[in-house]
Amino acid sequence: MSDYVIPSGWEAVIGLEIHAQLATRSKIFSGASTAFGAEPNAQACAVDLGLPGVLPVLNEGAVRMASLFGLAIDAEISRVSSFDRKNYFYPDLPKGYQTTQLARPIVVGGQVTITTGEGKQAREHTINVTRAHLEEDAGKSLHEDFHGMTGIDLNRAGTPLIEIVSEPDMRTPEQAVAYARKIHAIVQYLGICDGNMQEGSFRVDANVSVRPEGETAFGTRAEIKNVNSFRFLQRAIEFEIERQVDLLETGGEVVQCTRLYDPDRDETRLMRTKEDADDYRYFPCPDLLPVVLDEATIKSWRAQLPELPDAKAGRYQSEYGLSAYDAGVLTASRATAEYFEAVIARDGADPKLAANWVMGEVAALLNRLELEIGDCPVPADKLADLLERIGDGTLSNKLGREVFEALAEEGGSVDAIIEARGLKQISDTGAIEAMVDEVIAANPGQVEAYRGGKDKLFGFFVGQVMKAAKGKANPQAVNEVLKRRLDGD
Amino acid sequence: MSTSDIPHRGGDAALINASIAELRAGLAAGEYTANDLSAAFAARIETIDPSLNSLVSRVEPVEPASETGRLAGIPYVHKDIFCAKGTRTTCGSRMLADWVAPYDSTVHERLTRSGAVLLGKANMDEFAMGSSNENSHFGAVANPWDTNAVPGGSSGGSAAAVAARLVPFATGTDTGGSIRQPAAFCGVTGIKPTYGRVSRYGMIAYASSFDQGGVIAKSAEDCATVLGEMAGFDERDSTSADREVPDYAATLNDSIAGLRVGIPRQWFSEALDPAVGDAVTAAIDELRAAGAETVEIDLPDADIALAAYYLLAPAEASSNLSRFDGVRFGYRCEDPKDLQDLYERSRSEGFGAEVKRRILVGTYALSAGYYDAFYRRAQKARRLVTDHFQRAFEQCDVIAGPVTPTPAFDRGAHSDDPAKMYLEDIFTIPVNLAGLPGMSVPAGFVAGRPVGLQLIGRHFDEARLLNVAHQYQQRVDWHTRMPSLGGDSSNH
Repeated sequence: MSDYVIPSGWEAVIGLEIHAQLATRSKIFSGASTAFGAEPNAQACAVDLGLPGVLPVLNEGAVRMASLFGLAIDAEISRVSSFDRKNYFYPDLPKGYQTTQLARPIVVGGQVTITTGEGKQAREHTINVTRAHLEEDAGKSLHEDFHGMTGIDLNRAGTPLIEIVSEPDMRTPEQAVAYARKIHAIVQYLGICDGNMQEGSFRVDANVSVRPEGETAFGTRAEIKNVNSFRFLQRAIEFEIERQVDLLETGGEVVQCTRLYDPDRDETRLMRTKEDADDYRYFPCPDLLPVVLDEATIKSWRAQLPELPDAKAGRYQSEYGLSAYDAGVLTASRATAEYFEAVIARDGADPKLAANWVMGEVAALLNRLELEIGDCPVPADKLADLLERIGDGTLSNKLGREVFEALAEEGGSVDAIIEARGLKQISDTGAIEAMVDEVIAANPGQVEAYRGGKDKLFGFFVGQVMKAAKGKANPQAVNEVLKRRLDGD
Repeated sequence: MSTSDIPHRGGDAALINASIAELRAGLAAGEYTANDLSAAFAARIETIDPSLNSLVSRVEPVEPASETGRLAGIPYVHKDIFCAKGTRTTCGSRMLADWVAPYDSTVHERLTRSGAVLLGKANMDEFAMGSSNENSHFGAVANPWDTNAVPGGSSGGSAAAVAARLVPFATGTDTGGSIRQPAAFCGVTGIKPTYGRVSRYGMIAYASSFDQGGVIAKSAEDCATVLGEMAGFDERDSTSADREVPDYAATLNDSIAGLRVGIPRQWFSEALDPAVGDAVTAAIDELRAAGAETVEIDLPDADIALAAYYLLAPAEASSNLSRFDGVRFGYRCEDPKDLQDLYERSRSEGFGAEVKRRILVGTYALSAGYYDAFYRRAQKARRLVTDHFQRAFEQCDVIAGPVTPTPAFDRGAHSDDPAKMYLEDIFTIPVNLAGLPGMSVPAGFVAGRPVGLQLIGRHFDEARLLNVAHQYQQRVDWHTRMPSLGGDSSNH
């Protein structure tokens, strides 16, 4: 969480344009594969190459996925949408135009709810979505290894995208990040985008402007491109707000422009101003028919919607008694929710215990190893085994952490680790009574003081017993026996 | 080898003038083989085409892919806008002068499956832009009836080749009249089907919402046979129509008694060469003699249609031709100094004057601030023209009129005046705006140059157009006339 505070007297206005690659097997207008990482141009067919004479054929899977997104954010699904051409020359744009939806996008309106802050500071905001439209991705220009020339890889050309355009409803970088994360979660819950920001499957552009507090007119905005992580999104917007406020406070002027975020230098750099922006000469694409959707189709898609993050978080609170914050964290990504649900699928599982472990040990481990939860070295069923042993008293939380570390490092079964390392908790009352009696016998002075009213000494006795048990004694049992013996029964 | 090597009834003239049905019968009877046939026509191309320049490339004939298809063993040429795998496909442009298509167009695939044998690729106006075939990187094409005259365009090579009997039929495309006008100028029969009837996949785009593939042949009967093989739904072309293709041959002989023929009164005005008007009127009289009734109709907006077309088609073209940028295929300038230079010089050097003119017009029409005044208004005009046709078809079953205001003009006559050249398309363009089927049928001569009768039908009413044209051709012999050609001994 950033501690960033917007310069006083100023307000930022932020809107995001998010490009999410749809997880169709083939491209939006051709049968070529969309898989990432193939040899350059191995996945570009005649249509993707824009060879003379080829024609696009719309992939209906892309229409379904875009519509699912619209339904998930409670938007209107256009009964008739259509494609336009956006004309401009660029080497990685094979046809000299991008096929997109300008006049009649498939998704209109909609909104998502975001939460910023924790506990008493938690605030909910509704962020409105203007539209989401279908379009094709471009290829990639490769500037290295070509001896001063540029290589073109058209594998990505024609990959289906939805561009999700928000209203300028966000006022802080934190809100913008929360919104981007929520959209990220939704497309992953829907299974329509893998959400991989490093590979460019989920890309965020931010429109940022500032205005004096109380002003209602918008300031001149800058569009920031090339932001490929949520952390960079936060930093890029912070930088941009500072840049614009500095300009205005020193008598300067913000010029409408497109800027690139450079994460190495943590700054945004001018890419182009409005003056040299292209005239895209949009017009309706004559090669594609309008997309017409009937009520029955939309109804059947609505029925396919999975449980979405907000609904899931609500259920975690009501069904498992989790706090709003915990439920929010656990549902923030589909993979985390799936992991959590796999852990508590075990008979007799304690959801609260599981939540603490997933948000505590598991999160810390992933953070340390820089891994996604899908690649967690301790799979959900192993954690369920471990929590079962905590639940039945075999392990204390502390011993559990030791087993967890062992699982993370070496794998293997929970019971085998407990056995091999002798980590079994001592819960046998007889053994604990014997240790307690030894401690009492060895410390007559403290016993007298305790019995004389020095309650605080209880902790001393617990420590002594645990020391004798090498930490393996069941703490609850130790407490009970000590109390009985010291207080006299 | 010459045609005289082939044993057949009636000598060379009979073979080259034979209908597709007659050629099929000759093949079936074993009078000649498919190889004999393709060799005979290839030899004729060898002898005659040097004086016409109707072909850009020759293609080595292969064994027919089918022995039983309706076109099995029948030689033909493609307008050089259709991709056929392994053949150079130039679109009449320097831009694609060396481009070999790596895939088959749907039209080529279907004709091949039907057994047709490709002998060459026909010359054309560059990227199908032109009405005289003078805009070809590979040189102008001569009209076989008069080598000083243009053959029309843009399918000028196709029409000239069929008129000169170099092949029994040729493919063509028609965006604003590019099948009908050259068919009229060359005295052959051509059909532009309803938009969506023939797949555009693999047919290099000029103006996608107008482009439509079709046939040029000697007669309506042959057109019916070939169109039946070319037409039909194609899942690779989203704008192709998913409806059954009727058996066009089956209704050719239906009587046209009682048929209501609409005559657009505005088309017989001072813009029309009176001699052409007389020929067309005589042709309409023949339809009446065959039992048809005529009714005057109003098509008041040919001039609006022309203006709309010359905004919309260039607008689409400016976008369609963006892919020719020197990056992936086609012409690339020498030693580009940077990306901008690569674009500018590749396109400046690779495209001819008319193509550049239309790219500029189209780019302008789509530009911010002009879109509403030009593109959007032109779309409105397009709807208006379509509505007027719809209203006309409430009064009649087909429309008959001229194809062009004049017979074929001399080469160079309109070279300096593009606007005058555009007027050549005034009677054909409205049909493309409305996406209707249209035909050009030989209807006589003016000063030795052919004149065409245009027939226009309702959407997907090709069967009726072919029927009317065939009935007309049962009563006249214009379509059987053949030009006398230098180097062609059989006709003297």
